[in-house]
Amino acid sequence: MSTEANQNGFFSKERITAPPGFNRWMIPPAALAVHLCIGQAYAFSVFNGPMTKLIGIQQPAPDDWGLPALGWIFSLAILFLGLSAAFAGKWLEEVGPRKAMFVAACCFGGGFIVSSIGVSTHQLWLLYLGYGVLGGIGLGIGYVSPVSTLIKWFPDKRGMATGMAIMGFGGGAFIASPMSVALMEHFRTPESMGVAPTFLVMGVLYFISMMIGACAIRIPAPDWKPEGWTPPVTQKAMISRNHVHIDQALKTPQFWLLWWALTLNVTAGIGVLGQASVMIQESFRGAITPAAAAGFVGLLSLANMLGRFFWSSTSDYLGRKTTYGIFFVLGAVLYFLVPGMGASGNVALFVLFYAIIISMYGGGFSTIPAYLADLFGTRYVGGIHGRILTAWAAAGVLGPVLVNYIRQYQVDHGVPPGQSYTVTMYLMAGLLVVGFICNLLVRPVASHHHMAADTDTAPMAASLAPQK
Amino acid sequence: MTATTTRTPSPALIVLFWLYVGIPLAVGIWETLLKASALFH
Repeated sequence: MSTEANQNGFFSKERITAPPGFNRWMIPPAALAVHLCIGQAYAFSVFNGPMTKLIGIQQPAPDDWGLPALGWIFSLAILFLGLSAAFAGKWLEEVGPRKAMFVAACCFGGGFIVSSIGVSTHQLWLLYLGYGVLGGIGLGIGYVSPVSTLIKWFPDKRGMATGMAIMGFGGGAFIASPMSVALMEHFRTPESMGVAPTFLVMGVLYFISMMIGACAIRIPAPDWKPEGWTPPVTQKAMISRNHVHIDQALKTPQFWLLWWALTLNVTAGIGVLGQASVMIQESFRGAITPAAAAGFVGLLSLANMLGRFFWSSTSDYLGRKTTYGIFFVLGAVLYFLVPGMGASGNVALFVLFYAIIISMYGGGFSTIPAYLADLFGTRYVGGIHGRILTAWAAAGVLGPVLVNYIRQYQVDHGVPPGQSYTVTMYLMAGLLVVGFICNLLVRPVASHHHMAADTDTAPMAASLAPQK
Repeated sequence: MTATTTRTPSPALIVLFWLYVGIPLAVGIWETLLKASALFH
């Protein structure tokens, strides 16, 4: 393809650069159209039960897949989410959001279709390859693709803008879960669980919806700024006017301090999310039915979603460092108090405390892009955001391991199940204290890491280049 | 940079796009709240 064709093609940055007067409120729903689709990942577990009975139908047959083998599908998807977000971030900044969203749509939708073939032919490796590898790559690229675009469109409300999109990732399960159940019910026959056609339909629907987002996305012109808005004359110390190259960012202590802060914040939340149903039933033995526990899980998912919007929007006024400081201080206090609520039988406060904790878990994800943009500038924020998401993969292993193994150790040593979470909660409070220290140590990036004006690579010695 | 080929969307299209993403999400949230109400019965 010729250079001119590249410059004017459907996916080119030139083609999607918005004209003067373009209404920027078109961009958040374009980002949401992608994030609401890939947020389906949180609801993948609804397929686990039916996929253990693909042959036996009424009950698992000897040749049916077991839950441990099926569990690898989701684990692979999260692994490839982290890897693709980390490695594709730089490419994303070069090609622009439309091409990245298109690739994400092909991978995520295509992953479902490959998985559908895997279910039809009962080949588990096709599900690992389909939803696990392809779908995971779609998740990672789709997650980071609209973030830097939103930050550039909303320089006056960076937190709120990214919060809107990342809220969609938290909310995708609210759509996917009932839709998956309804589709499986619709396609179910005496000979089939209806999983294969459900995957096929979902793959096509998600591809179309993500492509709608890709078609609607626009980037602002380089000199664009919101009408009536002027960048503050007195710049806050923690908001840089300079840019740091994606590769240079990894050489700064700020990146690794934030990596640890995010890891510890996510670790504290993710372990609880995975065990929420069992935990509330064991903490209030006999008082909480499985249906009520499912309601608790749903409420936590809602807190996760709303927290993504609330906390990132709040960070526009409080500052990112203060907002992260609140996550760690308030989170540690609540983790310390929550075992007492269980012991005293106070369900309402138990639920409220956990809802606040999980809202801050979501808030950590949605506030981090704006935090990175403040420290490293906006030019490579998408790629830097992708790389810091490896913290998610690390926390995805650390959180559940801590909660599950410590609980099991307690139970094995005679602690009643209802009290077996106490030590874990105190440990989580301790992790958040460490996270607080990491966040406290974050300072503005040293000037020798900044890029020289109009270059893509070289850091410059002086730090006075104006923002482009 | 070449001339942009994109047009400014009408306000109606923007409202429609917000409804497209907002309505399924609102329905999902409502169903979740109904399930969560079992927690306090």
